[in-house]
This record gives sequence, C-alpha cells and structure tokens, in this order.
Amino acid sequence: MRKNKIGIVSKIYIALMIVFLYAPIAVMIFMSFNSGNTTVWKGFSLKWYGELFKSKVIMNALGNTLIIAVLASLFATILGTAAAIGINNFRGKKRAIIQNVSNLPIISPDIVMGVSLMLLFSFLGMIFHFEMGFGTVLISHICFCVPFVVLNVMPRLRRMDQSIYDAALDLGCNQWQAFYKVVIHELMPGIFSGMLMSFTYSIDDFVITHFTQGARFNNLSTEIYAMLRRKIPPTINALSALLFLAIIIIMVLINIYERRAEKKAA
Amino acid sequence: MKSKKLSIPYILWMLVFTMIPIVMIGITAFKDTHGRFSLEPFAKAFGYTGVFMKSLWIALLSTLICLVLAYPLAYLLTRMKKSSQNTVQMILMIPMWMNFLLRIYAWVILLQDNGPLDSALSMLGIHASYIGNTTAVVVGMVYEYLPFMVLPIYTVMSKIDGGLIEAAQDLGSNNAAVFRKVIFPLSIPGVISGITMVFVPSASTFLVSQYLGGTDDIMIGDVIDKIFWTDQGTGSAISLVLMIFIFVFLVLMNLFGDEEAIA
Repeated sequence: MRKNKIGIVSKIYIALMIVFLYAPIAVMIFMSFNSGNTTVWKGFSLKWYGELFKSKVIMNALGNTLIIAVLASLFATILGTAAAIGINNFRGKKRAIIQNVSNLPIISPDIVMGVSLMLLFSFLGMIFHFEMGFGTVLISHICFCVPFVVLNVMPRLRRMDQSIYDAALDLGCNQWQAFYKVVIHELMPGIFSGMLMSFTYSIDDFVITHFTQGARFNNLSTEIYAMLRRKIPPTINALSALLFLAIIIIMVLINIYERRAEKKAA
Repeated sequence: MKSKKLSIPYILWMLVFTMIPIVMIGITAFKDTHGRFSLEPFAKAFGYTGVFMKSLWIALLSTLICLVLAYPLAYLLTRMKKSSQNTVQMILMIPMWMNFLLRIYAWVILLQDNGPLDSALSMLGIHASYIGNTTAVVVGMVYEYLPFMVLPIYTVMSKIDGGLIEAAQDLGSNNAAVFRKVIFPLSIPGVISGITMVFVPSASTFLVSQYLGGTDDIMIGDVIDKIFWTDQGTGSAISLVLMIFIFVFLVLMNLFGDEEAIA
C-alpha cells in the first residue's frame, strides 16, 4: 500500500484514543500514592505499597494465579499438540465434529462454561467426596486453554511436508527420533504461541475461576473481586500500578527482542 | 505420524469436561427445585425477558460504538510507517493486558461522585452524576472490548494486496474511491470477526453493570451469577437460552464472513 503521511486530524484522533485507553489507568496509578483512603487527595505516600506487600492474601492469590497459569498452559500444550496431530489424520465428517466440539469452549460464553463446569464438579464432588478448589480450577483452565493450542498448531500441521518425516525415517531415525526432531521442530512456533495464549488467558481469567474455585481457593482476579466487595480498595490501586509496570516492562522487552530478530532476518 | 491415537486423550477429555457439563445444563434446566421433571425453570426464566433484552441492547450499542471508533483507527494504522505501526499497535494493546476487574475498577474511580471527572467538571460549574447509569455501562464495555474490534480489522486491512490499490490508482481512482471500492469491501471479514469478538462477550458479561450501572442496568450474566448459587434449574434454563442465542448469532455471522477470519 502506498504510504503517505497521515494528516494532523488523524494524529489527533489516534492521540484521543490513546488518552481514552490510558486515562483510567493513569488516574488509578495516581491514586495509589494518595495517603488518604478516600478519593480525595490527601498528600503523597507509599503506605499502600507497604500494605500490599504485607498482605498475605494478595501474595497468596498472586502465587496461585502463576502456578495455575504455568501448569494449565503446560498441560494444555501437551494435550493440545498431541490432539492436533491426531485430529489431522481424521478426514471428513468425523474431523469436523471433533474440531467443532473442540471449539465449543471458545465460542460459548464464559459464564455458561463456568456454570456448566460447576454443575459437573458439584455432582462429581457428591459422588467422590471432594470439594472444589485448586484441582477443579486447574482442570477448568486446561479446558479453555487446549482449544487455543489446537487452533495454533493446526495450520502448521497442514503446511508441513509429510516427506520430511519420511526422509528422516529413511536416513535412519526411529519413529520417536523422527517425531521429535522433525514434527515437533516444525510445529514449534505454533506450539509456542498456543502456550503463550493459554498462559495469558489463564492469568486473566475471572469468570471460570469464580464458578469452580470452591470456598477457600482464590486467584488474583477472584481475590480482587472479594476485596472490591469488602470495599478496601486503596491497596488495589497500588497492585494495579505494579501490575501495569510489569506489563510495560514485558511488552517493551518483547518488542526489542522482535526488532532484533527482524534485523537479523533482514 | 499417521496415528489417530494421539487425539484419544483429548477426545476423552472433551467428552468429560465439555460435552457432559453442557448435557448437565440441559438436564438441570428441566428440573424443579425438588429434582422432578418440570418446565418451571423456563417459566421463571421467562420473567427475565426484560433483562435479556436490555443486555442485548447494551451489547449491540457497545459493539456499534466499538466499530465506529475502531474502524478509522485500524485504517489509520495501516497508513503509517511499518515501525510506527508496531509501536502504536503495542500502545493500543498494553491496557488490554491489565486484569479485567482492575480495568473496570479504574472507571469506577474515574467516574465516581467527587472523583477526578466530577471534580474537574464541577470547577467549570457542571454538576452531574457520571456513574450508575446505562451510559457508564456502555463506556466500560467499549473500554473492555475496543481492542478486540481494532485487531481483526487491522489484521485484515494490512493483508490487502498493495497491487490492488496501485491498480485502482492507475485506473484513475482518487483516495476516496480507492477506499470505497477496494479497501472497504476487502475489510468486511475483519469487521465481521470484530463484531463477533465484541458482541458475544459483552452480551454475556457480568460485573461491568454491577460496578458501573444503576439498579435497572442489571445484565443477564449478573442474573445467572446471582441465581445459580440458589436455583440451579432457573440458572441453567437462562444459560441454555443464552447459549442457543449466541450460537444462532455465530451461525448468522458465519454466513456473512468466511470461517477462517473468525478463528
């Protein structure tokens, strides 16, 4: 496409959209330095940051979020990659059915998936005498992560040249070596982006966790929800500011890394 | 490599954790509070028709506003230098990485009585309440889902073959004609998937209206959340109706756009 410079009106429009996206976050970060606990500014203070690090429940919830995200994305990646390779060998109607069922967690509303899993777990819990908690949240997160892995790996599989695998066998690899050195290697970018998507969705999830967490388990989202109910928000402002800082650092690092990779390629 | 067996664990997984739960919703929706077969849950669910309609209305309004805001933004993005495209795209994405609840709560702080917006406008002599109404809910919703509209439109637009645009220009089209005859028609699949990605979550969301809306802005997601802990039958019936409605919507959208763009 021909690139001509965009005009001043366009620039103002883009700037306004950026203000819209950042203003609420900026206000929240500003308020995190407020020494009072109401909305009125009472002077600069770092006391909410101190409170934040002292809060065992928040640190505990943060830990839970990270553990669930790591385990769920790891497990979903293994399950999903294997599934994609298997599904790729099905043809016709069977394949269409499997793929459509696999997409169900993505297309059905989060809240419906949440309540349906809650029904299942409370039913199974009555039979096998267990309570909802870490395990049920982990299973639920794997449920909505696997479809993303399948969706990311599938296109790579379709593009892959079957003869490379055969060549590896001819050159003396056994089936496992050929599988590991050729197939997994070729699929790696898809596997990786599937895992990354799973990880971010798991970290951000509120709805599914809300319905499957049971009485004692909390991740960061559900803990924030509980805090907002109890109306003790100033520490939440501090938490938001720190999370925002972390996100910016990660995004900038990713961007620098990508640019370097592009330069290398060019 | 030829093995279908690798998919067996996942097929079993889907059976237990995707199919059975949905079937259970279907069964629970036809049971009264004593566990007998009954149409009572649907009769009760019918009482929430007004809430359902209001939810659809809020979702529709949010989707339209997202579209109006996002389309020019996506178009302008494609007109920038490649390096600034990446930077601006990153700037637009960063807020989306914040936790869903924190983003909504940020709006509560901004809009609340005596909050920053109220204080600023009070100095100009304007006194009003900015929170606790449908407008605040729609603003919050647009804020939550705007990137979901920008991204698919931008992706589709940036894939448009530059040769087509040059050909149109060579054939005498000015910028407006190029946009109308080349860029706009080719961007439709992105618009379709953007509409899907905004409408589905905003029609079924909960909490946004609890935090930003008034008492009559309650949405169908909030009803399901509130009711499900005490009356699973009615909760299931509403969920079932919501799910069927969303599926019909997706099928209709699929008729307009091509399947690849949705995924």
